[in-house]
Amino acid sequence: MEGEYWNAEMELLSREEIEALQLRRLRDTLERCERSPFYREWFAAAGFDPSRLRSMSDLRRLPCMDKTTLRGDDPRRFLTVPLDEVVRVHSSSGTTGQATVIFHTAADIEAWAQLVARCMYMTGVRRRDVFQNMMGYGLFTGGLGFHYAAERIGAMVIPAGSGNSKRQIQLMRDFHTTVVHIIPSYALYLLEVFAELGLDPRADTDLRIAFIGAEPHSEGLRKRVEEGYGVRAYNSYGLSEMCGPGVAFECPAQQGMHVWEDSFYLEVLDPETLEPVEAGEEGELVFTSLNREAMPLLRYRTRDLAFVYPGECACGRAHRRISRIKGRSDDMFIVKGVNIFPMQVEKVLLGVLGVGSNYQIVLDTVRSMDEMRVLVEVAGELWRGEVKELNELKRRITDELRQEILVTPRVELVEPGSLPAGEGKAVRVLDRREHAKGVGDG
Amino acid sequence: MAKQINVFAQNQPGRLERMTEVLLEEGINIRAITISGAEEYGVVKLLVDEPRKAFEALQREGFSAYLKEVIAVVMDDRPGGLHRVCRVLGESGVNIEDAYGFVFQDRRTAILVVEVERLPEAEEILRGRGLELLSDEELYAL
Repeated sequence: MEGEYWNAEMELLSREEIEALQLRRLRDTLERCERSPFYREWFAAAGFDPSRLRSMSDLRRLPCMDKTTLRGDDPRRFLTVPLDEVVRVHSSSGTTGQATVIFHTAADIEAWAQLVARCMYMTGVRRRDVFQNMMGYGLFTGGLGFHYAAERIGAMVIPAGSGNSKRQIQLMRDFHTTVVHIIPSYALYLLEVFAELGLDPRADTDLRIAFIGAEPHSEGLRKRVEEGYGVRAYNSYGLSEMCGPGVAFECPAQQGMHVWEDSFYLEVLDPETLEPVEAGEEGELVFTSLNREAMPLLRYRTRDLAFVYPGECACGRAHRRISRIKGRSDDMFIVKGVNIFPMQVEKVLLGVLGVGSNYQIVLDTVRSMDEMRVLVEVAGELWRGEVKELNELKRRITDELRQEILVTPRVELVEPGSLPAGEGKAVRVLDRREHAKGVGDG
Repeated sequence: MAKQINVFAQNQPGRLERMTEVLLEEGINIRAITISGAEEYGVVKLLVDEPRKAFEALQREGFSAYLKEVIAVVMDDRPGGLHRVCRVLGESGVNIEDAYGFVFQDRRTAILVVEVERLPEAEEILRGRGLELLSDEELYAL
């Protein structure tokens, strides 16, 4: 019989039970870490004795790690098992620099598949579903992570991979796809392809659920996907360093993403002082893996900024919920002294009628001054053929952006389809200024 | 009623080339073309022999195009021809939003293409004052 929970035992833990389990699992993780050459040195340098850990907060005596820590050493030195036991390697997408390497044992892969299955099942995916996985397979974790999980549930998986829009639509129609996993900017782009083919995804497909992850996005973008496809769209959070997708996921209440705290210990820290912030306050997400064999990570800084929702979720799960990712602390850019997140720009653009599905922010140095240009695709189907409409659209976007970000960008309208669309992660910010970014690279 | 195709185009090398290539591939003949530009973009207006076919081809090739209804008025190709049309519209309070003209090879007939806001009303007025308006078919049969 089908229940409501994939793993009722873990999903229904009370706060006290979660915290007790976390402490147990942290102790096991630290013990395991002592087998790794890297961690032995890391503990010694910090004067940290794992056997003296009494509470979760004792972990704060260890410094945080980040991508630089991972890149600074041979990845094999992080291993707590012989290399023979490693069955898979994944690597981060490298959107912000050189790739990082993560090793997995067979048990790691299974634990990960179980976590993602828990996420998918929570939103209503069942054996009878047809799951089209439109994420890149390969080193990127988004593809394989969901693939294995959907098979564990027993759904039929179409390993479509990314790109080739017309074939994606054909597959959806041929196999009566009910669930998709798709990058949000690509989901919007694909709506245009549906329109070009004279098809309406609401009437011409059987879609009912979309998982949109891998890219921070706004509530407005979610609404567009839900309305355009006639689906419920669920936000997904993960990072390859913690396994990939499956770290946090939305439940049907769609009020924040539950962090699976049986597998991850979450701290939300002020990115400057690294002191914890209160629930409801924004900070950087810092994770410690609690159930990883090959390569546990302790206090890993994600650079992702979000807050923890205070209070309990309507769904009854006590695992804490994080907000949408506001941006990465290293996504933030400074123009004329003002801090700006790409997400602020996206929020404005999605609220303006006549704006298409893609945009790009281009930063240049012009006569030693910052220049911010926002390239915006025009929604072709809403245009009535007049220059003045375009001029009006441009003026509105400029005004609303100025109110949101407090600097006046140069808005340029471009033809639909002329900006890089998200077949992988869309490059939203192109910083070509002469000076280095110098922000948040602590 | 005559139809014109308005195409949104970025102001950069190669866009017009691509646009005209699409029309060539479809065997479309262009009667008239104007380009009005803002800074980084412009609108290309095309009067062609097969407007619907051209419009669909451009859309299929990813151009943002709009099939717009316009008025094609026949003028005498001699001094005062254009003035007569403008006076009729001006006296009736019809504002011309955009217009362009061209002359046929017979050197007797000229055509003025006008975009106005209240199109049916303007047509009524022009016809009422004895001016000849051309349909798509008539325009391309010329």
